[in-house]
Amino acid sequence: MSAALVPLAPLLLVAATAGLLIVLDLLPPREGKGHLGVVALAGVVAALAGALTLWGREGRAFGGMLLLDNFAVFLDVVICYAAALVLLLSMDYLRRNGMESGEYYILVLLATLGMMLMAQAADLIVIFLALELMSLSLYVLAGLFRGRLTSAESSMKYFLLGAFATGFFVYGIALIYGATGTTALDRIAAASGGLQRDPLLLIGFGLLLVGFGFKISSVPFHMWVPDVYEGAPTSVTALIATGSKAAGFAALLRVLFSTFKVAQPDWALLLWVVAVLTMTLGNVIAIAQSNLKRMLAYSSIAHVGYMLVGVVAGGALGAGGVLFYLLMYTFTTVGAFGAILLLERGRQEAVELDDYAGLAARHPLLALTLALFLLSLVGMPPTAGFAGKFYVFGAAIRSGYIWLAVIAVLNSAVAAYYYLRVVVYMYMREAEGVPTRPAPSFAGRLALGVALWGVFQLGLMPAPVLDLAQAAVAPLLR
Amino acid sequence: MSTTVWLIPFFPLLGTLLNALFGRWIGRHAHWIAVPSNGLSFLASCAVFLSVGRGETFTGDLFPWIQAGAFKTAVTALVDPLSAVMLLVVTGVGFLIHVYSVGYMHGDPGYARFFTYLNLFVFSMVMLVLAGNFLVLYVFWEAVGLCSYLLIGFWYQRKAAADAGKKAFIVNRVGDFGFGLGVMYLWVALGTLDYSEVFAKVGTLSPETATVIALLLFAGACGKSAQLPLHTWLPDAMEGPTPVSALIHAATMVTAGIYLVARSHVLFERSGVALDVVAWVGGLTALFAATIGLAQTDIKRVLAYSTISQLGYMFAGVGVGAYAAAIFHLVTHAFFKALLFLGAGSVIHGLGGEQDLRKMGGLAPRMVTTTVTFFVGAAGLAGLPPLAGFFSKDEILASAYHAGRPWLWALLLLGAFLTAVYISRAFILAFRGAPRMSQEVARHIHESPRVMTAPLGILALLTAVAGVAIGIPSAHGTAFARFLSPVFPLAEEAGHAGLSALTLLVLSVIAAVAGVLLAWLIYDSRPVNAEAIGRPRNWLHALLLRKYYVDELYDFLFVRPLVRVAGFCARAFDLGFVDGIVNGVGRLVVGWAGAMRLVQTGYVMNYALATLLGAVVIVAFFLSR
Repeated sequence: MSAALVPLAPLLLVAATAGLLIVLDLLPPREGKGHLGVVALAGVVAALAGALTLWGREGRAFGGMLLLDNFAVFLDVVICYAAALVLLLSMDYLRRNGMESGEYYILVLLATLGMMLMAQAADLIVIFLALELMSLSLYVLAGLFRGRLTSAESSMKYFLLGAFATGFFVYGIALIYGATGTTALDRIAAASGGLQRDPLLLIGFGLLLVGFGFKISSVPFHMWVPDVYEGAPTSVTALIATGSKAAGFAALLRVLFSTFKVAQPDWALLLWVVAVLTMTLGNVIAIAQSNLKRMLAYSSIAHVGYMLVGVVAGGALGAGGVLFYLLMYTFTTVGAFGAILLLERGRQEAVELDDYAGLAARHPLLALTLALFLLSLVGMPPTAGFAGKFYVFGAAIRSGYIWLAVIAVLNSAVAAYYYLRVVVYMYMREAEGVPTRPAPSFAGRLALGVALWGVFQLGLMPAPVLDLAQAAVAPLLR
Repeated sequence: MSTTVWLIPFFPLLGTLLNALFGRWIGRHAHWIAVPSNGLSFLASCAVFLSVGRGETFTGDLFPWIQAGAFKTAVTALVDPLSAVMLLVVTGVGFLIHVYSVGYMHGDPGYARFFTYLNLFVFSMVMLVLAGNFLVLYVFWEAVGLCSYLLIGFWYQRKAAADAGKKAFIVNRVGDFGFGLGVMYLWVALGTLDYSEVFAKVGTLSPETATVIALLLFAGACGKSAQLPLHTWLPDAMEGPTPVSALIHAATMVTAGIYLVARSHVLFERSGVALDVVAWVGGLTALFAATIGLAQTDIKRVLAYSTISQLGYMFAGVGVGAYAAAIFHLVTHAFFKALLFLGAGSVIHGLGGEQDLRKMGGLAPRMVTTTVTFFVGAAGLAGLPPLAGFFSKDEILASAYHAGRPWLWALLLLGAFLTAVYISRAFILAFRGAPRMSQEVARHIHESPRVMTAPLGILALLTAVAGVAIGIPSAHGTAFARFLSPVFPLAEEAGHAGLSALTLLVLSVIAAVAGVLLAWLIYDSRPVNAEAIGRPRNWLHALLLRKYYVDELYDFLFVRPLVRVAGFCARAFDLGFVDGIVNGVGRLVVGWAGAMRLVQTGYVMNYALATLLGAVVIVAFFLSR
């Protein structure tokens, strides 16, 4: 491999695996595509390992359109973890639902490629392309269960609203190009210093935020989330909730901290309001949900609010805290969705709260696992959720945003209600009707095991990873 | 020696873990793990004892523990003659009782759980004895308390057992609170918790400070060793299985208080006042508990009060500075009291669970081994020569007299008389006379299996010979005291004023024999009326039957007011005020959630509109800046 391509090694590994899968999909056997899942997983794990070896290196490729720095590496790792866990969860899940196909694995890899591209993009055009690669793959994946009305509805809504938001995003890029004459992030930063009050630039920046807000699902661009999360296949939901959110935050953080640093007081004020609205709305509506996937959808909105607290706080503590939060959120959320995905009642997925009544008595291990993930979402020590919240809220207090931290902590308290309600159902209610039972799946259990390891690794020994996260944001804050 | 020391706690811990993790599958084979692990621990203790006998000692860290700023502490072990003796007693008697439990607990649904707890107890007790600093001591002090709680409440389905477990734990907590404060005060005053450093620096403490620290530590000792006024938990602890009563509530754990005072005797001596307190609390408890023992009708409760009383003797011993004598009594008491409890267990086993002395009688011909061994134990407790109890108790009495405390000596002598009375009474009521149990029970009376009687035999042998072997006084003290002399320097034998040692000896023999004779006159020379035994005959008897109304007093003074205050807080403050706020907020939020939900219409048009409005607001915001 030529030296110029080394910074792109993780990307190339994922892309090559996707290409390989397209070929393998044509070869026999026609029935049963489980082996494709294994190959895809191997590709993602290789990319993960490749990314880790690139820690500490810097470089650019394709005329500066793509770059590699510790920030990109950290997010590549987060995204690869998300993709690998989702692939593990998918294998038996697809077979159970009779939807196993080569396209699924190819699309997951392409979406992953798009996410990683967003983390490594150094140009607005690349961000846009990566965003589209990721989004188009996810639109299709959301509609994978063709026979189900909710799946089709989910895909359609995601696509329409995604396209709508992308429109704003592209328009924003165009206006910025008009104002500065460039789409490269570093050159925009250099140019915008002089024309700070240029309305073109300001409108362009605002429209960019709309696009990002849609991808990370902050209020008021969050409306699609519950419908899409509920309708999409659960494995895809997990990918949307973790990987695409991480990718959105990757590009957002880069644009905010390195490109529009001059406007920090302005966007910090805006995001302060957005953060409060996002977490409060997410948590309050989650209380009223009885469908677990929908509840976790609102919960994921709330968590975006917490992460925005870290963005508002800024600095190595705040931005580093967000990266840590993303990693811990990935483990926790994939774990929670994974536990739901493994459970079925009759031939249906068990997604209603009532399905979880008395689970602990019959399947103590699975109930305990899900309970631990929920406790991590609550932010209970010694799980990762506690460390994540601690760092992010702590950063807000350091930066003087006392009230923001207070609101965030109050929100966490409210959130405990709906997470713990599931635990109460599992441990303190009697089951009725057909018993809920876990589907036999080694890969699924392995995924839960890895996620649980992550939850406790980050919960019990958070400091090393936090150090890495803070080192990762250093290039942005220069 | 360091490896061997490490092995002593390792085996019981391993046994605990194996039975705890795999008990479900091991089930009724649990003793194949628990008994050998304790046996190996005993062998390791023997090896350590022998090297200590050659004059070696060991101090070292088993592993580092806490390092926070200036505060550093490790799990330090200290092996000297004192801890070597304690280790032998704990693992040796522990081993015998493990073996006995194989028969006694046979068929119990919680068989594996029982051995898990029992091994955990041996581990904790061994660590308590091995501890080389006060913090480790405190941790395992609490750990043995936990084991005690778990084992008293072992049959948790029975309310009485569960309640007794709680009572033991809570009463102990009262004393341990003082203990904890004492340890903290030590740290503040001396900046170290290591035994060697603490005892080396004790001279720098003012006597007042030493008194406060020593009395705080003694509060813990009072709780654990069931001395006045914290003695109430021990009789109730008899709700646990009998092997537990024998091991934890007679032979080992309850002696931890004696061990604590003996271990920190330098500190108590610095205070002086504290030693007086220890001596008098011990003396009073010895007499007080012996009187209650006279009236009890439950065989295990007689033995429980006897334990409290005997612990009082030991405290009186350390209180007058006769540390070696007190520890010697601790050892012999471990033998004969374990023997008595196991014998009682054998009786209970044979009678199908009956513990009431009024429904026993005439067991001697049916349970020969139990009768003989119980008799040896009873004679040992009564202090009849030449059994072990005679030598050890007489040492304490003589020391009290020679320390210039004739009143304390008189108290203890009276106690010795009463001891002979109550234990003879218990023996006569159980084994002699006409049978008083129902026909049904009488038909099933049987001697216990070999696995239970063998430990009885060994303990009886120990009770019989231990005194003669190591307890005969000479000009240079007993052999036992010489062994302990590195820890407790031998007192110079000075010419004593007043009664000579021989006179004292004769007096205490007379007291014991008189007690036995009195019991024989009342209970054995003519048939007993079972009805009359448990019914209060006069106010004094009623007072003793009701155990001086101490439980009722505590109930009135502490328990009921506390329950009332707690009830008030729970109803008025918590339910009314706090819950009111919480529920109010909750209702508000849920109501809001329902309303907000309506915004989520499901129409893509509405969603897009929200996005558009959001975009307008954001752009307007940036333009307005």
